[in-house]
Amino acid sequence: MAKTIIEKIWDEHIVYEEEGKPDLLYIDLHLIHEVTSPQAFEGLRLANRKVRRPDLCFATMDHNVPTKNLPVINDPIAKKQITTLEKNCKEFGIQLADMQHPDQGIVHIIGPELGLTQPGKTIVCGDSHTSTHGAFGAIAFGIGTSEVEHVLSTQTLWQSKPKTMEIRVTGKIGFGVTAKDIILAIISKFGIGVGTGHIVEYTGEAIRGLTMEERMTICNMSIEAGAKAGLIGPDETTINYLRGRRYAPQGEEFEAAAERWLALNTDEDAEYDQVLEIDADEIEPFVTWGTNPSMGSGISANIPTSADYVSETEKSALRSALEYMGLEEGMALTDIEIQHAFIGSCTNARLSDLEAAAKVVKGKHVHPTVTAIVVPGSRTVKKQAEEIGLDKIFTDAGFEWRESGCSMCLAMNDDVVPAGERCASTSNRNFEGRQGAGSRTHLVSPSMAAAAALHGHFVDVRKIEAAVQI
Amino acid sequence: MEPINKIESVLTPLDKNNVDTDQIISKEFLKRIERTGFGEYLFYHWRYNADGTKNEEFVLNDPRYDGSTILVAHDNFGCGSSREHAPWAILDYGFRVVIAPSFADIFYSNCFKNGILPIRLSVAEIDEFLQKGKEAPYTLTVSLEDQTVTGEDGSVYSFDIDPYSKKMLLNGWDEISLTFQYEDKITEYEQKHA
Repeated sequence: MAKTIIEKIWDEHIVYEEEGKPDLLYIDLHLIHEVTSPQAFEGLRLANRKVRRPDLCFATMDHNVPTKNLPVINDPIAKKQITTLEKNCKEFGIQLADMQHPDQGIVHIIGPELGLTQPGKTIVCGDSHTSTHGAFGAIAFGIGTSEVEHVLSTQTLWQSKPKTMEIRVTGKIGFGVTAKDIILAIISKFGIGVGTGHIVEYTGEAIRGLTMEERMTICNMSIEAGAKAGLIGPDETTINYLRGRRYAPQGEEFEAAAERWLALNTDEDAEYDQVLEIDADEIEPFVTWGTNPSMGSGISANIPTSADYVSETEKSALRSALEYMGLEEGMALTDIEIQHAFIGSCTNARLSDLEAAAKVVKGKHVHPTVTAIVVPGSRTVKKQAEEIGLDKIFTDAGFEWRESGCSMCLAMNDDVVPAGERCASTSNRNFEGRQGAGSRTHLVSPSMAAAAALHGHFVDVRKIEAAVQI
Repeated sequence: MEPINKIESVLTPLDKNNVDTDQIISKEFLKRIERTGFGEYLFYHWRYNADGTKNEEFVLNDPRYDGSTILVAHDNFGCGSSREHAPWAILDYGFRVVIAPSFADIFYSNCFKNGILPIRLSVAEIDEFLQKGKEAPYTLTVSLEDQTVTGEDGSVYSFDIDPYSKKMLLNGWDEISLTFQYEDKITEYEQKHA
């Protein structure tokens, strides 16, 4: 029977199946961070259980870590989580890239960077943005802490087989349009609940044309469309990215693995439970104006008005979002002034993201009313960026150049947007209070965030980049 | 985990859609390393104003719903972050049942691990409950065994739940202990894929 890549990977990982029960699924890679794991390890200790496969676990610290003045952590409770993870990894024999380690970084950035993330794997982490790893053609999804404990002790999870969905991105993205704009456009068009109960496969010409780093941005935000996971079938781009990575197979073994990986792709006549389509040619650089990731529009648009919506629930959601955001119905997006710009997060803090932003800011200066920070996604990214002088471009332009971590994406650390202030952010969530109590988040691509930082308000980066090209 | 079957309570009407887990439990409260004690921070930024005073407008501060164990909300409840602190906060506050037209996947699954029953009903049924619950305290009786929700007026609404999750909740079983019964299958799988 013809199968999608989703079904192929799923079926390959079934340890046990029985009518009326979810499948018992084997987990190939378990990524761990400090916030969602302490209660799981404590559960193991209380029940006198051990970690079944410490060799399939990898831990790092990202959510709480400060991005300046390392290694001082001012918050005593955050510090306790960090030391608890150190203690747990030591006790249970799990490899840890701690705050001082050269491999440290945001868990979803370092997994691929180290070659731990590979096609065909099942990958979990107590973090919803685990969907990022799907970019390699893996089934990767976020789990709760009880499930973290379950994986630690059994290396499996009980999972009902999700439905399959294809999101086909036809055509080609235009100049100045990025992977971030594609995924924001998808979420805006189809809604934040569209993927519920599904694993999404992204297909189409526009997706095939993306680099691995861009594909990670797309898959990262699958969860913002409600999907359990999102993935992209492996191809030469995937293979070339993985070749030579530390934890990827090496030599002849790699070539054999590559052959297996390519065979995972969806069979030609396989069927999905649902198919959606979007035309990349029509996607503009995006800006969100509301309090969930679907509340966004192309930069040339205005904020919608209640007349644009039919149901009372939607009208009231619009009004309450705009009230929180301090914006008016019908306002032009380019009239929104910002006080902060954040370039970072598991969505957009890879080297190519920083390069895209640097290209926009080179030789210019941050607007006087804006505070702008760049937070590389990992120590490796930071080092690579410094080797090609990106840090200098940013600091010359008035940006702060920080250490790696989740930083202002969720503000569990010292990097917080003050109440009532507005941030152009390359992160993934614009929920109320996400970047600090009362903060207002606008999700954008790295180049759009950079452009807004220079101008003090949102601008169409295509106009600036066109000038740069000349 | 405490078993759950029959729950009778006034419903708490949370008239919002897309309630995300950042609202359910805000990030500044995620730093505890225990599973308990999150209830006082549930919906913190909706319950309290910026100056720390109570927001009297918010439903959880309405004394008519004190002691309620059933929360009712609109679509896509629990979207966003995978943080299990969200169901921990809901449970610690006192809720045992959440009713909505739809739930985000991770939140839905997290509920079952903690003895919270998430119930999906139709949009029309939820609208009706929210309407009634907002006008005056309205009592619902939930039976997991029968898979029904009964209104004060005797009208009965049935809901779907997969038999595995139902059994887990009814018995309050620890899933890990259950999985250990399949340890030989896991070992077999590992040997085959080594």
